[in-house]
Amino acid sequence: MWEVCRRLSNFGDKCVFWLYRDKNREADVNESCPSVKNILLLDSEGNRVAVKYYSDDWPTNSSKEAFEKAVFTKTQKTNARTDAEIAMFENNIVIYKFAQDLHFFVTGGDDENELIISTVLQGFFDAVGLLLRGNVDKKEALENLDLILLCLDEIVDGGIILETDANVIAGKVASHSVDSGAPLSEQTISQALATAREHLTRSLLK
Amino acid sequence: MAQYIKKVDDRDEDEYSPFLGIEKGAVLQEARVFNDSQLDSRRCSQVITKLLYLLNQGETFTKVEATEVFFSVTKLFQSKDVGLRRMVYLIIKELSPSSDEVIMVTSSLMKDMNSKTDVYRANAIRVLCRITDATLLTQIERYLKQAVVDKNPVVASAALVSGIHILQTNPEIVKRWSNEVQEAVQSRAALVQFHALALLHQIRQNDRLAVSKLVTSLTRGSVRSPLAQCLLIRYTSQVIRESSTNNQSGERPFYDYLEGCLRHKSEMVILEAARAITEFNGVTSRELTPAITVLQLFLSSSKPVLRFAAVRTLNKVAMTHPMAVTNCNIDMESLISDQNRSIATLAITTLLKTGNESGVDRLMKQITNFMSDIADEFKIVVVDAIRSLCLKFPLKYRSLMNFLSNILREEGGFEYKKAIVDSIVILIRDIPDAKEIGLLHLCEFIEDCEFTYLSTQILHFLGVEGPKTADPSKYIRYIYNRVILENATVRASAVSTLAKFGAVVDSLKPRVFVLLRRCLYDIDDEVRDRATLYLNTLGGDGSVVETDKDVKDFLFGSLDIPLVNLETSLKNYEPTEEPFDINSVENIPAAGNKPTALGAQPPAPASTVDTYENLLSSIPEFSTFGNLFKSSAPVELTEAETEYAVNVVKHIFDKHVVFQYNCTNTIPEQLLENVVVVVDASEAEEFAELATKPLNSLPYGAPGQTFVAFEKPEGVPAVGRFSNVLKFLVKEVDPSSGYAEEDGVEDEYQLEDSEIVAADYMLKVGVSNFRNAWESLGPEFERVDEYGLGPRESLSEAVNAVINLLGMQPCEGTEVVAANSRSHSCLLSGVYIGNVKVLVRLSFGVDSSKEVAMKLAVRSEDESVSDVIHDVVAN
Repeated sequence: MWEVCRRLSNFGDKCVFWLYRDKNREADVNESCPSVKNILLLDSEGNRVAVKYYSDDWPTNSSKEAFEKAVFTKTQKTNARTDAEIAMFENNIVIYKFAQDLHFFVTGGDDENELIISTVLQGFFDAVGLLLRGNVDKKEALENLDLILLCLDEIVDGGIILETDANVIAGKVASHSVDSGAPLSEQTISQALATAREHLTRSLLK
Repeated sequence: MAQYIKKVDDRDEDEYSPFLGIEKGAVLQEARVFNDSQLDSRRCSQVITKLLYLLNQGETFTKVEATEVFFSVTKLFQSKDVGLRRMVYLIIKELSPSSDEVIMVTSSLMKDMNSKTDVYRANAIRVLCRITDATLLTQIERYLKQAVVDKNPVVASAALVSGIHILQTNPEIVKRWSNEVQEAVQSRAALVQFHALALLHQIRQNDRLAVSKLVTSLTRGSVRSPLAQCLLIRYTSQVIRESSTNNQSGERPFYDYLEGCLRHKSEMVILEAARAITEFNGVTSRELTPAITVLQLFLSSSKPVLRFAAVRTLNKVAMTHPMAVTNCNIDMESLISDQNRSIATLAITTLLKTGNESGVDRLMKQITNFMSDIADEFKIVVVDAIRSLCLKFPLKYRSLMNFLSNILREEGGFEYKKAIVDSIVILIRDIPDAKEIGLLHLCEFIEDCEFTYLSTQILHFLGVEGPKTADPSKYIRYIYNRVILENATVRASAVSTLAKFGAVVDSLKPRVFVLLRRCLYDIDDEVRDRATLYLNTLGGDGSVVETDKDVKDFLFGSLDIPLVNLETSLKNYEPTEEPFDINSVENIPAAGNKPTALGAQPPAPASTVDTYENLLSSIPEFSTFGNLFKSSAPVELTEAETEYAVNVVKHIFDKHVVFQYNCTNTIPEQLLENVVVVVDASEAEEFAELATKPLNSLPYGAPGQTFVAFEKPEGVPAVGRFSNVLKFLVKEVDPSSGYAEEDGVEDEYQLEDSEIVAADYMLKVGVSNFRNAWESLGPEFERVDEYGLGPRESLSEAVNAVINLLGMQPCEGTEVVAANSRSHSCLLSGVYIGNVKVLVRLSFGVDSSKEVAMKLAVRSEDESVSDVIHDVVAN
C-alpha cells in the first residue's frame, strides 16, 4: 500500500485525492465488526468432520474443498499441539490447533486482529474438549457430531462472534442432553455447567 | 476375500465412523420417522444428524427433496424434547426454505420466541430472523425489540446479532430499535455489550457526529468486554481519521484513551490499540513509542499467534518509519530461527528494512542459513527485500550480489529464480559498479539454467550490457556454449547476442563471424535464418569494417512502436503497390502496457528518452534543436474520464522547449480534426513560440500527438506558466457505419495550465559513492549558504519539498528522515542542462516551533550552475 502511495504521490494532487478515497475504503472494512470467515474441523487426512463457512469467498463446494486441502497440506507438518499456530493463505489468516487426529482451524480476513480469531479457536477447541469429555479424537467427534454442530452454531452466527468462553458454549450445548419433558430451569443449566467444569478439570489433571 | 480382509486391516480402530457407507437416498427414507404419530425423539435426532452430516460433506438436496424434508421436520415441533428441538432449529437454518414454506414454521417459532425456556427463545429468534422476509419481520418486530433488552444475556445477544444481519436487508426496521440497543450497550453481560455496540455503530455509521458522540461517551466510561473494547478502538481511530482532516494542529484527540488501552489486561485489546496507533496518518515518533514498546514485548511471547501479530505490525511500521522499529532488532533477530516460517520471514524482511549499513554482512550470514528451509513464496519476499536493501546501500552491493548469486545456484522454482534474476538485473542497472560482477553471475547461471524463458531474457540483457564492459570477450564463451548445448529458442537468442557483440566491438568481429558461420548449419531454421541475416548485414564476408549506424539501428534498434499497434496496422494493411510504412503506426503505448524488469527492452529511463528523441528528430521542424536533454513524465491536463484526455510531456533542449500533447478522444460519436493546443505564454516571458505541429485527425480511442515548440535563452533556467486551450474541428460520426459527416464545427476545450520549473533542467542521475564524487569535484565552485524555510509540518516534508524543487536524485537513502530526529543531512546528485554534474549537500535543522533551517552546499563543474541552484532555492 505505502509503496504504491509513494509512487503515486509524484503525480500530484489528483492522486492524493484518490489515495485518500482509497484509504477510506480500506477503513470501512476495518471498522466493521470482527468477523470469522470459516471454522473447520478436519481429520488427520484432511477430510471433513464438520465445517462451517460464513463468507462468500468460497462459493462452491469444490472451492471450499480446495481451500481445506491447501490449508491442511500447508499446516500438516507443523506442531500445533500445545499452542495455537498461525499461517497466511490467499489474504486470510488461519489459526489452528491439533488434538490427536483432529485438526481445528479458524479463518479470518488478513486485516483482522489475530488474537480475536485465536480466541474463537480456543473457545471452539476447549468446548469440544468439554463436550467430548476429554476424548478428543475423530471417532468420538463423529459419534457426537450433533454436539459438534450445535457447538459451531453457538460460537459464531453468520460470521459474528456469539460466544468465546468454552464453558458457556459447552454449557449451552450440553443443556439439551437433559431428558425430554424435564423442566429446564436455571438449575439444570448450572448442573450441566458443573458437569462440564468437572470434565475440564479431569482433562487438565490427566 | 483376501482383498476384503486387507481393507479391514487398513481401517484400524480409529477409522471407524458411525457414518460409514451413509447414502442420501437411504437417509431420506429414514426421515419418514418424522411423520410417525408416536415420535421417537432420540431416533429423530439421529436422522437429523445424518442429514446435517450429508449437507456438511457437500451433498446437495434437490428442491423436491429439501421441501419434503422440511415439511416432515415441521412436524417435530410437537415433541417437547429440548435436544430434538435444537436439532430442528439447526436443520431449518441449513435447508434455508423458500418464503412460502417459511409460513409453515413461523407460528411454531413465534411460540418458541415467547416461551419461558431461554434456550428456545434465543434460538427461535436466530432461526426466525435468518429465514424470514420483510413482511414477516414487521409482525415479530415488537418481540425482537423486547428481546434486545431481555434480562437473559443469551436472548439479548441473539436478538442483537440478528439485528446486525437484518440491518443489511431491512435497515429501516432495525433503526427503530435505537433506544433499546443503546440501553443494551450498558449491559453488564460482556458479549451483550459487544453485540449492542456493533449494532449501534452500524445503525449510526453514516452520521459522523453521532459516531463521534458515541465514542466520546464510551471512551470515558468503562467498557468491560475485551471484544467491545476492540470495537471501540476501531471506531475511535475512525473518528480520529475523520477529524484530523479538519483540524491540523494540536493534540490528536482520544490519543490518551488509545494509549491507556495499551495497558489493558487483555492482549487482544493491547494489540488492537497498538495497531490503531501505528496506522495514524502522519504518526509522530512520540506517539509511536509506547505502541512499539508493547509490540516488542509480544515478540518474545511463547504464543506463536502473538509473535506473528507483533512482527506483522512492526513489519508494516518499518515501511514508513524504519527508525522507530530499530529498537526491536535484537528481538527480531532471535525470531529468524522461529519454528513458524511466516514469523521468521516477516522478521527477516523487517530487519532488512530497518538494518543499517554496518549490520548488512552479519544479517546476510544469518539469512543464508535460513533460506535453505523455507518455501519459495517466502524466499521471493526475502529476495525483494534484499533488492531494496541493496539499492539503499549501494556500497554493500558485493555481499548482497554474492548472496543473490549463491541462492540462484540452489534449488528453486521458476517464480523464485525469476525474482532473483530480476533483482540482479535491476542492481546492474542502478549500481554501475555492480555491473561486471552481476553479469558474470548471470553468465554462470545460464550455464545450468533449466528455464528457457530466463535463459533468453538473460542472453538479451547480456547483448545489451556485455559489449559496453571493459572486457567483452570474456562473455563470448558463455554465449557460444548456449549455441552448442541448448534448445532451439535459446540457441536463436544466443546467436542474436553474439551478433550484438560483433556489431559493437570491432576487435571481436572476426571471431564472432567464425562462430556465426558455424551456426549456418544448425538444425533449426530460426537459428540459421538469424545467423544468415547477421552475417550478411554485418559484413561477414571477411572484411572487418565498422558497422554503420543504419545497420545497427535496423538490427538492434528498439522498435519504437508498441507491438499491439503494429499488429492492428498490419491487419488493416491491404496489399497494394504501396509498401507498408512502419512510420504510420501510432507509437503511443496502449494503456496498461508497462515494461517489466526483464521485458523485451531494458526499461532503463534512457530508453524512454531514446524513444522521444527518435520521435522528435523525425519531425522536421524540431530536428535542428540538437540533443534532447530531458523529457518529463507525462502531466495530466484534464480530469480523469472527461471527453478528451490530454497529457503533456515537456522536452527540454539547450535553446528550446517542446510540449508534446498526447490527446485521446473518448467519444465514439466524434472525429476531431486539425487538433492544436493554443498556448498562452504571457506568464512565461522568456519563452517565444516558434512552431506548432497540429494533429490532422483524432478518431475515437486512438491517441495522437500535437506539438508546440518554444525558443528560450540558452543556459538560462527560464521558468514560466503556460495556459492551454485545445482547439479542433468536431465531426459527427455515425457509430454504426463509422463514417464521419462532411461538415464539422469549430470547438475548443479548456485544459489545465502547464509549467516549466527549475527541476525540468535537472536530470536525476545517481552516483554510487557520494563522498568520492564530492571530493573529486573539489571546492573550486562550491557555494554554501543558509536559508530559513519557515514553519513546516515536519522535517521530512521539508526535505522532500527541497528534493522535488531541485529535481535531483537522493543518494545513499538519505531522503528518508528518521522519525524522531531534529536534524537531517541529505545528499543529492544530478546533471544540469549543458551536461554539468551537480552535487548538493543539504543539512536541515528544526526547532521546537517547527521552523526549519537549511544549509545548502553545492559543488558543480561550473560556477554559474552552482549559483543557479542557489537562485532556485532562494526564490
